Amino acid sequence: MNSPARIATIFRREFAAYFTSPLAGIFLVIYLFMSAVLTFQMGGLYERGQADLRPFFQVQPWLDLFLVPALSMRLWAEDRRTGTIELLLTLPFSVRDLVLGKFLAAWAFACVALALTAPLWITVAWLGSPDHGTILVGYIASALMAGTFLAIGAFLSAFTKNQVIAFVLSGVACFLLMVIGFPMLLDFVSGWLPRTAVEAIAAMSVLTHFESMMRGVLDGRDVLYFVSVSAAFLFLNGIVVEWKKAE
Amino acid sequence: MKELIAARGLRKSFGSFEAVRGIDLIVPAGQVLGFLGPNGAGKSTTMRMLTGFLEPTAGTVTLDGIPLADEPIAAKRTFGYLPEGAPAYGDMRVEEFLNFVARARGYVGADARSRVDRSIERLHLEPYRRQLVDTLSKGYKRRTGLAQAILHDPPILVLDEPTDGLDPNQKHEVRELIRRLGDDRAVVLSTHILEEVEAVCTRAVIINEGRVVFDGTPKALDAKAAANVTSNRLDHVFRMLTTSDIGGAPRTKAASR
Ligand SMILES: Nc1ncnc2c1ncn2[C@@H]1O[C@H](COP(=O)(O)OP(=O)(O)OP(=O)(O)O)[C@@H](O)[C@H]1O
Ligand SMILES: [Mg+2]
Repeated sequence: MNSPARIATIFRREFAAYFTSPLAGIFLVIYLFMSAVLTFQMGGLYERGQADLRPFFQVQPWLDLFLVPALSMRLWAEDRRTGTIELLLTLPFSVRDLVLGKFLAAWAFACVALALTAPLWITVAWLGSPDHGTILVGYIASALMAGTFLAIGAFLSAFTKNQVIAFVLSGVACFLLMVIGFPMLLDFVSGWLPRTAVEAIAAMSVLTHFESMMRGVLDGRDVLYFVSVSAAFLFLNGIVVEWKKAE
Repeated sequence: MKELIAARGLRKSFGSFEAVRGIDLIVPAGQVLGFLGPNGAGKSTTMRMLTGFLEPTAGTVTLDGIPLADEPIAAKRTFGYLPEGAPAYGDMRVEEFLNFVARARGYVGADARSRVDRSIERLHLEPYRRQLVDTLSKGYKRRTGLAQAILHDPPILVLDEPTDGLDPNQKHEVRELIRRLGDDRAVVLSTHILEEVEAVCTRAVIINEGRVVFDGTPKALDAKAAANVTSNRLDHVFRMLTTSDIGGAPRTKAASR
């Protein structure tokens, strides 16, 4: 059996696992409910008198902050707690197969959640004539951002047997990756840091890249940012699995 | 005879503590090796190195001619492994779990189904096949772990306390199964029950503090242990009273003395 087939085996198991606990249902309901409420109420979809999904995309980073760690927390912590990690690592899988299979399962679930918000898109299309290209890029950005947060969450989940700890660590880590792009923080450090350093910090932030994509520009550098940060954390994930597996 | 398991100079340190201190194990086909030793002797640690879960601090493992360190995936196809405590996915039904393992072993479709069915049949799990693993009794959970280990008919079996938590009937059945499987395979099993070694093993290895302190036939062990091991007559009586197929008279110490 080749590597894609092995990854598919892990993917199936992990994706199905989301539906054997109430977690998936709760996640979907909260995510869809919050998306709709925040988009219409706080974002003022109607009041703005403009047919687009800007308010919806603007709340995505904040929703992800709470909901993505709920998807990633169990990925490794659960296997370490129950001892099934020993089974996985002694079946003919490589650590890479396991890391990718688990990540892709969680990411696919996040993408399903995102796809279920399509009625919002349909609503604005019905209310006016939005720029569909901008909306599509917004969806791509949301999926990429969720993937990046999931990669970070999976990495942190491998450190512990406790899902709650994994959840909290992931939430904090994703929050940090966001706030380093806050104008407020950047203004503050720009007083005593050279301009290039400030720009470098801003370039590290998820928010900077997400907001640039939200405007509807599909810039290769933004995509590269999300893909490379995800890849880096998945790589580190494999190392941590090897390091912590027997503890 | 063909060496299926060849482990040489195995050592494992956890920090400054050395759990396994130089163990060699060469196991040919047709041998059932009983691995004995007090708690913490290093049995599970050694088995984890044989199966590639832990990398040895020193030493090499070759399985059916394949070096484990160099070709881990190919080497992992050669054995079935029951880890200590028989871990399994609690949120899956028995057949779903076995089906996952069948896929992991490269079986799909009808092949996977017949493998799963055969394994379920061999471990008498039929009434439980639709039950969630989490809700199984300890004995049936262990059987599910065994079903998973033998699913692909591997030439090598590594079983960490396969009969722990089983009632005397189940113990008897599982021992019969292991003995049958051992005819043409290399089996390494760990246990705390001396009688079990006599009943199923062709070789006994006792380790203490990470070193081999006895390596020989169960008979030789019996002679050595006779002085301080009480016979397991009670086990025998229990089996006689609760099973019908006592025909294949179990070889207990009671009978041999
Ligand atoms: N991951 C680990 N980190 C630190 N020490 C460990 C680790 N795994 C095992 N040990 C230690 O190594 C020693 C051998 O443990 P092992 O589990 O191999 O014993 P065992 O012979 O299987 O015992 P038992 O009969 O109780 O199952 C023990 O002292 C144990 O505490
Ligand atoms: Mg043990």
